[in-house]
Formats: sequence, structure tokens, C-alpha cells
Amino acid sequence: MKNLNYSAQRRILIICFLFVPIVLLCTFSFLPLGNMIYYSTLKWNGLSKHKVFIGFANYARLFSDSEYFSVFKVSLYYLAGSVIQLALALFFATILSFKIRGKNLFKGILFFPYLLNGVAIAFIFLFYFKGNGTLDSFLKFFGLEGLIQYWLKDVRWVNISMVFTSIWRYMGFNFIVFLGAIQSIDSQIFEAADIDGANKWHKFIYIILPSIKNILELNLILSVSGAISAFEIPYVMMGGSNGTRTFVIQTVQTAFVNGKLGLASAMAVVLLVIVLFVTIIQKIYFKHNGGNEL
Amino acid sequence: MKIHSRILSFLKYLSVITGSLIATVPILVVFIASFKSDSEFLDTNALKLPENFLNFKNYITAFIDGRMMIGFINTTLILVISLTGAILIGTMVAYVISRFDFKFKKVILAAFLLATLIPGVTTQVATFQIVESLGLFNTRLAAIILYLGTDIIAIYIFIQFMEGISISLDEAAMLEGASYIRIYGTIILPLVKPAIVTVMIIKGISIYNDFYIPFLYMPKKSLQVVSTSLFKFIGPYGSNWEIISAAIIIAIIPTLIIFLFLQKYIYNGFTAGSVK
Repeated sequence: MKNLNYSAQRRILIICFLFVPIVLLCTFSFLPLGNMIYYSTLKWNGLSKHKVFIGFANYARLFSDSEYFSVFKVSLYYLAGSVIQLALALFFATILSFKIRGKNLFKGILFFPYLLNGVAIAFIFLFYFKGNGTLDSFLKFFGLEGLIQYWLKDVRWVNISMVFTSIWRYMGFNFIVFLGAIQSIDSQIFEAADIDGANKWHKFIYIILPSIKNILELNLILSVSGAISAFEIPYVMMGGSNGTRTFVIQTVQTAFVNGKLGLASAMAVVLLVIVLFVTIIQKIYFKHNGGNEL
Repeated sequence: MKIHSRILSFLKYLSVITGSLIATVPILVVFIASFKSDSEFLDTNALKLPENFLNFKNYITAFIDGRMMIGFINTTLILVISLTGAILIGTMVAYVISRFDFKFKKVILAAFLLATLIPGVTTQVATFQIVESLGLFNTRLAAIILYLGTDIIAIYIFIQFMEGISISLDEAAMLEGASYIRIYGTIILPLVKPAIVTVMIIKGISIYNDFYIPFLYMPKKSLQVVSTSLFKFIGPYGSNWEIISAAIIIAIIPTLIIFLFLQKYIYNGFTAGSVK
């Protein structure tokens, strides 16, 4: 290579360095995307040679059959959960950005659950919510037996239990992002506020909130796609039974258990459109607000 | 005013301590359960400490009979290969994009960005057909290649970092006749080490924790990873929670060790990765 001039070298290097990544990108991102849209117009079980083109019939079925549509109701639980999750994250990030003893310890503890294996978390909370499990034992310990419920068997409670688990798992991530954003605020601003006699509440409302507004909104919008694509916790804990079936669980079961690949693809396309829609709104919104994104 | 601020300070500590307890207690109770014998587990309250904290029987059962060993071997193999690959690919793409101008540069960058907007869970239905037709179903290569796939976050972190490296370093090397590939290998790669650490942590943790891809593409028993081997406990050990608890703790220990030793990098990594 040394004997080549730099412009020839450059040409070779560009091709060599980009070839493998682009092949991977096309094979595992764009090709599946194209195929998925094509499959969504078929009646096909994914295995046989027999494929029937049925146009938009899969989509029509999706929006008319309440069995397929009702899973969106479960998403609402997760959506409400994400709002609570963000509020908690903001609360803890604010508190830990003020002077407090044991800051690093608390920071570590609050963040750690986010790093854990999803299956391990699901099992920890199966144990937590089961009869005579962690939660029931605590309620008994405090003499609150009356509050004990069938946390996983009662349809009124099961999705709340799932969402609680989900908040436990993901709160730490929002928390650490918010904390980083708050700590990057110029400390002189806080000092100036001190001189003006501002209390902590004033600092939160007039300094912290405005300076992390963008990150807060970004996380709020991202949580919409997060809520719709919830999968791991309800799948591992409940197998999607007892009314915990989310849109993604439904898609996976339709495709790989019921062998309706065409219908499942249509569902995946719908999910994709929703997520893309949310992302595009976010991008437009941030451009207008002059967000400091990359 | 004095009392007022005392109450506030009390509430501050109360809320942080409550939050920390909610974060740790579910894990600690499982930890306690993992040292109990089966009769002890059935007879005692979940909050009661075990009689013997040195009772590792459940751990042995989980690790040997539960075949978690295979899980760790497979996870390690997949981790090492896909991390090496992802770092090579990521730095290569970032090098070409940050150092050269060429025709389709913008298009290529946009293609990478577009691909991350497509949520992986949705396209699996179609990806599955491709993996199968390539003959990769039930091989470790399926997971490796899907993880290698291309994530823009790694590429972005590398590009950002490389743009901070002065071009004059490249030019000085060129004056001495170094080839581009040599510049990439001996100047750029060593200088982006911090970014490599960041990417290794973010990607490493997400691969270690991933359940969906191995579950879907590697159902064969001998190919199970940590997540999928843990998932298998729920059937055969149905109500043997003391054994399942030991398995949970076994799966958590590597994460805890990494966290304790690399805390600073982990915080930086996740805050850097989030501002995509």
C-alpha cells in the first residue's frame, strides 16, 4: 500500500472500510424492512411455498378485530408509568444535585437496577409479587395484611405490577441523564441565585427546569415508543397471559406461535409507523426549539 | 427558618433513603433466599435471614444442574467476538467519515441513522427469515452478526472523538510517508481508546443483558446464553425459589463487579450515548 499515491490509497480505503458495514446494514436493517412490508400483504405462514397476495386485508383485520386492537390498552399503563418514572428521575436528580451526604452511594444505588439482566429482573419481581413473597412479607411486617392483593393473578393489579417493575428497571437511566444535565449547569448561576436569596424551590423552577427542558422533553417523547414496544418484563414474568399481552408480545406470538407471518408483519409495520411518527415529531420539534442535538 | 430547613433536610434524606431501599430490597431478599435450604425456605418468612450464609448448595445446583456454565461460556464467546468486531467496524466507518470527503458520504451517514430509527423488535419477524435462509439459525454467528450489525451510537461516539484529534497529526505522519491504514492503526486507534472503553461498556452490557435475540435465534440447549439459561429455570424449578434465587444472583454478580470497578466510565458512557 505504501507504494500507492494517497488518492489511490484513499479510494481503496474508503471502499474497504465501508464495504462490510454497508453489507451488514443492508442485509440486517433495510432488507428485513422491505421484506416485512411485502410480507404484510400476504397470507403466509412463513414456511410453506404457498403465499397468497391479499393486499391490505391484514391491516383491515388488525383494525377491526378487537383481539388485536385491545393490546394498545395495555400500552396506556406503560405510558402512565413512564410519566411517573420521569417525575421520579427528575426528583432524585434534583435532590442529588444539591448538597447531600453519601451522594455517590445513592447515585450508584439508584442507577444500578438499569444495568441488570432483564430476565433476572423479571424473576426478582416474580418473587417480589408472588404470594408470601417480598411485598406481602413487608406488608405483614408492618401489620398491613389488609392491603395484600393477588398482585399477579388479579387482572386489576397485574399490569400495575408489570409497570412498577418496568419503572424500577428503567428509572435509573433517566435519573443519570438528568443528573448529568443538571450538573453541567454553570455553578455561577447557582451562586448568583444564592446571593439573590433564592431558595431551593426557586432554583428548581427558575434554573434547573429551564436548562434541562430539552432533555426532559426528549425523554418524554422517547417514552412513548418505549411504552408501545414493552416486551421483556411482561413476557418473561407472565408469558403475556392474564391480560398483560403487549403489542410486541402479540406480534411475536402471531408470527412464531400462530404461524401468521403476514398478519404479524402488518402489526410490525403499524408499530414501526407509530415509532417513526413519534421520532419525526421529536426531530421537527427540536429543530424548531433550537435543541442542542447532534 | 432554622426548623423549616431542618424539616426539608430530613425529607431530603428520607426520600433518597426510601428510593435506595426500593432499589435494593427486592435484590437483597432474593440474595437471602439463595442461602436457604428448601425446607427452610418453605418454613420461614421471606425477610428472615438464612441460618447459614455459607450454604452454597443452591449455587452449585443452579450452576451445574441448571447448566449456567454453558450460558457463561457462550455469552463470553459472543461478547468477545461481537465487541471486537463492533469496535473495528465502528472505528473504520468513523475514520473514513471523519477524515475523507467522498461522494456518498452524507447518504451513507443518513442510512446508518435511518437504520437506528427502525426499532429492532419490530423487524425481527422479517429478519428471522433472512437469518434462516443464510443458514445461521441455531448458531452463535446469528447473535454475533446481529450485534455487529451497525449501531449509529457507537459510530457517533467514535466520530465525535476523532474530530477532536487534530488533523495535523495525520499530516505529520503522511510527511514521513505513512500510509492511511498505518495512520488509522498506529495514530487514530490508540488515541480513541477512551471512546473504545465507552462503547465496550454500553454495548457489552446490552449484549450481556439481551434476551430477545438469543431466545429467538439460538433455542438449541447447547447454545444458551446467560439470559436464556436463566429463563429456563422457571419451568423445571417451578417453585424451588431458593435455587432460582441463586441463579438470579449468579447472573447479577458479573454486572455488579463491572459496575463497582468501572463506575465512572459507565456513568460517562450512558450520558454520552443518550445524547444521540
